[in-house]
This record gives sequence, C-alpha cells and structure tokens, in this order.
Amino acid sequence: MHKDSCVRINPWKFAFVILAIAFAGTAACADGSGDPAVASSDTGKYADKDGNPTYKVSEDGTVDWYTYSGFRRYHSDCHVCHGPNGEGSSYAPALAESLKTLSYVDFNNVVTNGRKNVDAANDKVMPSFAENSNVMCFLDDIYVYLRARANGAIPGGRPPKHEDKPEAAKQAENSCTGVK
Amino acid sequence: MKKYLILTTSVFGLLAVQNLAARADAALDLLAKDPKQWVMQQGDDANTRYSKLNQINASNAGKLQVAWTFSTGVLRGHEGGPLVVGDTMYVHTPFPNTVYALDLNNEGKILWKYEPRQDPNVIPIMCCDTVNRGVAYADGKIFLHQADTTLVALDAKTGAKVWSVMDGEAGKGQSGTDAPFVYKDKVLVGVSGGEFGVRGWISAYNIKDGKLAWRGFSEGPDSDTLIDPVKTTSLGKPVGPDSSTSTWQGDQWKIGGGATWGWYSYDPQLNLVYYGSGNPSTWNPVQRPGDNRWSMSIWARDLDTGAVKWVYQMTPHDEWDFDGVNEMILSDQTINGAPRKLLTHFDRNGFGYTLDRATGELLVAEKFDPVVNWATKVDMDKSSKTYGRPLVVDAYSTQHNGEDTNSKGICPAALGTKDEQPAAYSPDTQLFYVPTNHVCMDYEPYKVSYTAGQAYVGAAVAMYPPKGETNMGNFIAWDGKTGKIVWSNKEQFSAWGGALATAGGVVFYGTLEGYLKAVDAKTGKELYKFKTPSGIIGNVMTYEHGGKQYVAVLSGVGGWAGIGLAAGLLQPENAAAWHGAVDQGKLPTKDKTVDTAGLGAVGGYAGLASYTSLGGTLTVFALPNQ
Repeated sequence: MHKDSCVRINPWKFAFVILAIAFAGTAACADGSGDPAVASSDTGKYADKDGNPTYKVSEDGTVDWYTYSGFRRYHSDCHVCHGPNGEGSSYAPALAESLKTLSYVDFNNVVTNGRKNVDAANDKVMPSFAENSNVMCFLDDIYVYLRARANGAIPGGRPPKHEDKPEAAKQAENSCTGVK
Repeated sequence: MKKYLILTTSVFGLLAVQNLAARADAALDLLAKDPKQWVMQQGDDANTRYSKLNQINASNAGKLQVAWTFSTGVLRGHEGGPLVVGDTMYVHTPFPNTVYALDLNNEGKILWKYEPRQDPNVIPIMCCDTVNRGVAYADGKIFLHQADTTLVALDAKTGAKVWSVMDGEAGKGQSGTDAPFVYKDKVLVGVSGGEFGVRGWISAYNIKDGKLAWRGFSEGPDSDTLIDPVKTTSLGKPVGPDSSTSTWQGDQWKIGGGATWGWYSYDPQLNLVYYGSGNPSTWNPVQRPGDNRWSMSIWARDLDTGAVKWVYQMTPHDEWDFDGVNEMILSDQTINGAPRKLLTHFDRNGFGYTLDRATGELLVAEKFDPVVNWATKVDMDKSSKTYGRPLVVDAYSTQHNGEDTNSKGICPAALGTKDEQPAAYSPDTQLFYVPTNHVCMDYEPYKVSYTAGQAYVGAAVAMYPPKGETNMGNFIAWDGKTGKIVWSNKEQFSAWGGALATAGGVVFYGTLEGYLKAVDAKTGKELYKFKTPSGIIGNVMTYEHGGKQYVAVLSGVGGWAGIGLAAGLLQPENAAAWHGAVDQGKLPTKDKTVDTAGLGAVGGYAGLASYTSLGGTLTVFALPNQ
C-alpha cells in the first residue's frame, strides 16, 4: 500500500487532512488487521469493527489509556532492540512498519512464541515473551500503540495527554502481573 | 578421535608451560612494553591506550592514507579492536564471535579462523546488540569471551582450542560482551545482563588450564562479594559486616544487577585489579529501597585472591541507569606537590573521578560535561554525613518523583556522559582524551515483575540533545588532577569510539558517522579525517611493522548507539510533532514557548541512518611511502 493512500487522523496535521480529503477523496486506513477505526468501546478500551484492539486519538492529541500504556511498555521491554517509537534499530525491524502488514493474531503469535532468522546473512532472533508478564499482561497495550504508529496516527515520542487509567486496567494489571 | 588427539596435544602443552605462569606474564609485560606491538585491548595494564610510537606526528598526520582493509563478514556492532602480537594481527567480531589471525608479513592473509558454535538464543538476551569487546593474548594463547559466556583459550599459532569453560548461564539472561583481561597467571572476565536481573560478578581463571581461581559478586553476603568487614574500606573506613545485603530490601539483591562488562586495569606493584559495577536492577528505583551496594561502584581487588581492598559507590540507589562499568585509567601524577598513584574514571553519571588507587581516597569529582544536572556536586567534605555522595536534585530524582511520573530533562541520559568507549591518557601532556555523549532524557519508572531470562527494566526512557544544542557528543581533553576540561570538540553524534593517544602528539578516535579522526593532543585541532565504510564504535590502536607505523580501527555501527540508527533516538521532530498535536488542545502559552525554544535549535538534526549503514570492516592507515 502506498504510504499516502491512507487518510491519517493525526490531529497535528488536521488541517492538511481536511485538504487531503477534499482532493484525494476518502481512502480508508488499513493495516495488517484492517481498518483501525474505532467501532466499539468498553470502559476505555477500544476495538475496530472486527473486534481487534485499536487506538483512539482525540482531536486535542489525547490518546486512550492503552495506547499510552503501550508507549511505556514498549519503551521498557521492546525498544532496546526495536528502537524508539517502533522505528527499528541496526539489528531489529521497525515495528511501526511491520504492523502495516502484520495482523493482530500474527503479532500475538510472534511475541508469544518468538521468531528466528539465522543464516549466512542474518542473525536475528526474537525471543519468546510467553513467560514475561511485563510484556504478556500488556500485549494489547503494546499492539494498539504500535498500530497507532503504523497508521501514522501519533508521532514518535511520549503522548503528552492520555485518558485516565480505567479501573478495569488497574484490576487487570494487578491480577495479571501479581505486582501490587 | 580428533578431539582426543587435540586433548592429548593440549595436555603435553600444559605440561610444558606448568609452573611457568609468572614467566608467561613477564613475557607479556615485555611485549606490552614494545610499542611496535599492541598485545592488550587497552595497550597496557594501566588502561592508558597510549603508544610510544611517534612516526605519525602533528605535522604529518594530515598525509595519512588507507594502507589496507579487511571485511569481518559480520554486520552487527563492532566494539573493541584488533591485537598485534609479533607479525600476526588478531581480529574479532560480534556474535558469532569469529576470530581471525592475519599474517602481517603476507598482506593480511588469513592464517586461521575460529568460529564457535553458539546457541543463537543468546542473541535476544544481549540487551544492546551482540557486541564483543575483543580478545586477549598471553602465554601463546588467544582468549575469547563468547556471547554465551564461554571463555575459550585458543592456540595463538593455530587457532586450536586449548581449553574452554562456561562462566555463566545464558538461560538466565547472562551474556558475555567484555574482553578477557590477563594479569600475571590469571585471566579475568565479567558478565553482562543488568537489564535481566543478573547479579554481577567477576571470575578469575588460571591461564594454564582454565580452572576457576576465584569469583567475586557485586552484591550479596560478604562470602560472595569477598569483602572483609574490617579490612575492606570505603572512603577510608572499614565497610562493616553485610555491607551489601544491609542496603537492600529482602532478597532483591539476588536479582540486583551490578554487571561487570567494562575495561579492567591492574597495578602490578599493589597487585590490585580495578573495575566498575553496573546498574542495580530493576531500573525502577522505587522497587529497590536502599543504597543497593555494591552496584555502581569502583572496585579494587587483590589479583591472587579476589579479596576487596577498597570499594567506592559513586551512585548510591541509582535512579537513572548510570552504570559504573566504564574503564579505570591508572596514572602517576603530582597533585599539590606530592606524587600520587591515581585512578581516573569517567562515569556514566557525568562525573570524572580521580582517586588514590592504593587507598581509595577520593581526590577529585567534577562534571566532565557542563550540562550534567541530576546532582549539583559530589560532597567532598570529609566531615559531612553525605561525604562522597552525589547531592541529587529533587526535580531530576525519579525516586523522589515516584513511579508512573515522567521526570523530564535529566542530563545525562541513561547512556551516560560516557558509555563503554574508553578514554586515553598521555603521560606527555598529562591529559585524558575522552569521547563523550551529550544527551539528556525523560525517565519514567514503573512496577515490573522478574522472570529469569527475561528483560527486567521497568522504566520508559526518551533521549534527546540538551536544549538549544545541535551536537550529541563532544571529544574532550581533561585534566584529572583538577577536574577541568582543557579543550572540547563538538561531535554531531555521540563519540562512541575508543581513543588512542600517541607520543607523536596525535590523538585518534572514531565517530558514529564513520570518521577516523586525528587531532592535535595539545589543542584538539583536527589534523586528518577519513570516512570508513560504517560508523565507528570500536577502539583505535596502533602498531609498527616493517619500520612503518600503522593506525587501525574496526568500523561497524551498532551497539546501544545503533538503536539511534532508526532516526528515532534523539530526534526532536517527534517532540515537535506532539507539540503541534497538543497545541490544538490549547496548551498554556508558557509551555509552548519553552518547548519550541529548545526544539528550534536542533531542528536541523538528522538521524544517523542518513550517514552510515551496517558492516564490519577493519581499516588500517599509514603515511605514504617516501
């Protein structure tokens, strides 16, 4: 898919988006899991029309809690290999690119089971994170963060404003990580 | 059968060298004194990275040319550098940790190549690329510390394995990245894994047979740390019983970090080995109350027994990932009219420390980058309760600000004012030449749980250049006696290559864009630069062969610096973009002014990926033939 064929909801380019719509029509966003547009919500957690987790970015730049949480978790456990903002490194792919084609199911599969690409030209190994509660308990958070990055919905760096942490998120975190 | 034959041969080999350990070391010392060779990663036991060669000097360095090159066949980050022993050059690579012996008499022909078989599952536990900081030589053997923590001794003539020993467990997040260090009859290695909750240690093995002589941990009971409550001192006072475990809550010390992957040094008169220990884990300080001793410390251990003579914790209760692993450089200089045996250390925390290496007395602790702001100073008042401790600024204290709070504008960033890239010391100028980072960060700690073999970090970190500045690094000359910068050259990116000082009055270093630079030792004036095939995170060395002085460096961008390759690290455009986004929500005007003022100055900054790409290459320089 051509990079510019998808209308971003990036509010910092909001004015340009309006223009783009006027000139280019309304090509829908799509990534490895399809259209990321919010179709439903459940106590601060958002899903697309197929039920995959997705992000929500308000016009004033406020992101949903899970996107924000994903930013933090990503920059703790993922970025040492995959680079800041999902932009890759000299030794691991840019996930902000990968998620343009990688589906939610495939993402879960790779994080859970790992992946190896070792031959004469490559020595890339993604470990299994199945045992790592710092990752597994926040898999959807990391996914929606990277999904937002893949769709250009948010720039790199820390989202300065986010929705409040939902009670459901607090409970899920405590019960999943066992850390209080 | 083949195995059996090799074993037999090596047993005969061992018999031949038995009880000759002291002589073997004397031989190595003799080699190290010959400036034509470069037999240790750091040039000498004192870690000076200084060479007496002077054929290349300040007036002719501008004429340097590339003499020959060699591809290592490996793409990832290349730290460390080659050795030259006699007529042979030894070149190492990152994982898979290939070693080449090149014949300098025959245009670099490959005499032998050693490539260990290692489980690739070790790759993802190497937090910041699969780097290796080089091999060591002694007693006719090449010592290699593999990624999987195997320490192997190879016959320097043939590459045949003489012995090997597994120092740690990769399954628990323990990996090998540091070079082995040979002093007397021992070869020492450390461990990496501070981001995996590894409790750090250093091990000393007998060079003749690979038998473990001693192992000293960074944390734990005195029997593990080899600390004596009475004989071991810190800032001149006995440390007392349980000096480590009493500064941790519960059993956190068991996963307490304190990795040991830096550049060690050794004083043969005092028989002391010096090195630093790394960050306590996790990166979330709130989860580990106490001083977390002896992470973040400078250590002096007896080479024969591992017993700790003195130890000094630079950053008690780390809140920023300011690993204390950087090199300890030993020099003899005069302070206030008195000759002193000194140890100088440029810490990640941004302070340059000078101590008396015999006693551990703290003499100087000054910022070696003016932007360092997390502490106002190190308390030098011996009568003060906080003597020797940094005076931390609350605004930059991630402990004070607490979990789930983003502490902004902390300088330096987690990669420190200097990371592992070693500095050099010239006895001619009595100055240290220090490649530095010039980067700040936001740091937000939060709760994490520990799983063996899995990353155990617990902080989100964003890094960027200091406000209003365009350079991400500096290459400085430092007076260790007074703690002052003598001259400073700006570098666009972090200066992540190790320095070399020479008797020719020329100092060499490499840059992340890939330049090998030669500068005047007295003034810092640039004399020569050449862009090698990839960014340099390796260390420059020099040797003489056939009457000609050569300067060599490994390029091959990567390491922690390599995550910046994606252009994301240190990229202010992201903050600018968010600023624009949030501006739609009418942020207060005051904040807006502050933010854009800082961002405007660095708007022209572009990512490292615009300058260089991957690939391990050795580039060797020399003056043209007359």
